[in-house]
Amino acid sequence: MKVIVAENIGKKYIIDHQKAARKGYTFRDSFSEKLKHFFGQGDQDEIEKEDFWALREVDFVINQGDRVGIIGHNGAGKSTLLKILSKITEPTHGKITLKGRVASLLEVGTGFHPELTGRENIFLNGAILGMKRHEIKQAFDAIVDFAGVDQFLDTPVKRYSSGMYVRLGFAIAAHLNPEILIVDEVLAVGDAEFQKKCLGRMHDVSESGRTLLFVSHNLTAVQSLCNKTYYFEHGRLKMQGDTKQVITNYLSHIATTKLVHTWNTPQEAPGNDEVKIKSLRLEPDYQDNMQHIDVRTAMRLQIELWNKLDQAELNLSVHLNAYTGECIFNVGTQSQIFNKGIVSAELEIPGNFLNDGTYVISIMVVKDTSTVLYQMPEALSFEVEDYRESNLTWYGKWPGYVRPQLNFQISQSEVLV
Amino acid sequence: MAQIEEVVIGAGQAAKNYWRDLWKSRELLWILSRRDLSARYKQTVVGAGWAFVRPFATTVVMVFAFSVVAKLKGDTGVPYPLMVLSGITIWSLFANTFTQISNSILINSNLVSKVYFPRLIMPISSMIVGLVDFLVALLLYFIVCVWYQFLPGPNLIYLPLFLILALLASLAFGLFFSVVNVRFRDVAQLVPFLVQIGFYACPIAYSSSQVEMSHQVWWYNLYYLNPMVGIIDGFKWCLLGDASFFKIEGLYSTIGFIAVVLSVAIYYFRRQENSFVDYI
Repeated sequence: MKVIVAENIGKKYIIDHQKAARKGYTFRDSFSEKLKHFFGQGDQDEIEKEDFWALREVDFVINQGDRVGIIGHNGAGKSTLLKILSKITEPTHGKITLKGRVASLLEVGTGFHPELTGRENIFLNGAILGMKRHEIKQAFDAIVDFAGVDQFLDTPVKRYSSGMYVRLGFAIAAHLNPEILIVDEVLAVGDAEFQKKCLGRMHDVSESGRTLLFVSHNLTAVQSLCNKTYYFEHGRLKMQGDTKQVITNYLSHIATTKLVHTWNTPQEAPGNDEVKIKSLRLEPDYQDNMQHIDVRTAMRLQIELWNKLDQAELNLSVHLNAYTGECIFNVGTQSQIFNKGIVSAELEIPGNFLNDGTYVISIMVVKDTSTVLYQMPEALSFEVEDYRESNLTWYGKWPGYVRPQLNFQISQSEVLV
Repeated sequence: MAQIEEVVIGAGQAAKNYWRDLWKSRELLWILSRRDLSARYKQTVVGAGWAFVRPFATTVVMVFAFSVVAKLKGDTGVPYPLMVLSGITIWSLFANTFTQISNSILINSNLVSKVYFPRLIMPISSMIVGLVDFLVALLLYFIVCVWYQFLPGPNLIYLPLFLILALLASLAFGLFFSVVNVRFRDVAQLVPFLVQIGFYACPIAYSSSQVEMSHQVWWYNLYYLNPMVGIIDGFKWCLLGDASFFKIEGLYSTIGFIAVVLSVAIYYFRRQENSFVDYI
């Protein structure tokens, strides 16, 4: 049975390009501008309106029991779509037909009042999410149990730890019984145990014949939970279908591809009178038809440069930095005497070494092991995607900058009788 | 399984179902009002007592300033403190409700951006909170009038009428400000200012009978254009009996104002409410 049918949905926002930014724009400014226009002195150039289409030509059909993942870059239109489905904002054109009650979890703890107790907030939040009073009463014990806040029911919520707060918020939403449940990136908060509980609960929701829409950047969670996935880009539904295929397509698009830099002549190449960079190339060692770099992928960094100095003792130094700036490691070649001409170098980065994340490579050419001839910070950048073994049911972000597969043994040393 | 209803979302659809959705959301209305009332007195020392203390203290100060020092008189046969207290009771209903309604959208901004419900629920819940405060203040009045042995007469029957008029007036003005306030944050500064001016422009510290004496003067009609004048005079007449001056013609401007301003305000609110999300 079709539960959600969307036809040609579009959502347009009009962006003003004015001298006065929206935030600092006071009533007085608007009033004086209107007066100016009235007296024919308005500046036509002052107001420039741009149409921004947050969503465009979106069509899809969702059947009962589907667990649909929605993925895409930030700004692709995912949250706008959820807002339209939750009736918080209206589409500019198009039509959606929904069969059944919709409950949206766009934020955990919506409407929680810090001065009220946990007990009072359960009723408040439940009512805000659309539960009737008797429904809340029935589910009350189950909610408290799921959240694990039995001891603190009569304390004002402002005293709760952030973990308790989030658990309570999700517990209430988890006991809604809508026909259609919409969840927006709420798993970004909470510890690993909590995330597991949430995913488990969402799985149960769909097992009982309900429909689930799940927006997340946690692709591992989407992969495990959803049977269909929609990929949004720039407001359009770029791809829909089997989860694994859509996710692969998405990943191959987001790889920040500055994997290759080449310059044909020394004149246009970066550098100075002593040394010029000819090419930089990051070659991933793809296995089994992979198309993107993940934690298992080994890589080679190949560097070529023009050396103008004769008989110079040179070595190359490479810094690998996290996107946030921390240096992961710094490695250098042996120092050697080189003549004028082209010098090539290759750095092998093993697979199962780096953790998932975005990395930036900086290069340094050094003379006599101490003088820096030329530096190229942020020469290349690349993204490493996550990969989990299928027997793992934990979906949080793996901590650490490196993820080596070290030898870690475990065995039963003694059995107690 | 409850009957599954089909809902259509499209441009302009929300308007068709608005009043039906408003009725369906009545439990939310109740919950929001309860939330505002109970949160007010958490972690306080005097607690609910404040609802008594404020009107009482204001009356004492006014009696001192206007009656004792300035020697202003009320209507003959009506104790000045009672006249002041009754005026304050109904004026506070209007002023507080008006102020709360104008802030209601912004205060609930977290709900506006995350949950669907007819936005009119927020101003209405402010009205309920204002009404509760009023009832407490009215109780105080009855206690005081027993002490003065000046009990209300049969005019009391008309009290609900003036109560409703006051609520509608506060809704009419409050709705306008609530919408404008979302977009232009400085407009909120006007509200306390208007309330203060209103306090003196309305017959709270004095009786309209004194205005009667100047009925040839140019500002006489302007005075009666103030919609609250009719309401306040009428309310005082209910509580204090015929001794309290009340000219029924004062209600003409009241009803006219309310009818026009309220319809325009609701229309304006409905038109703008879908864009609240974009400005909050």
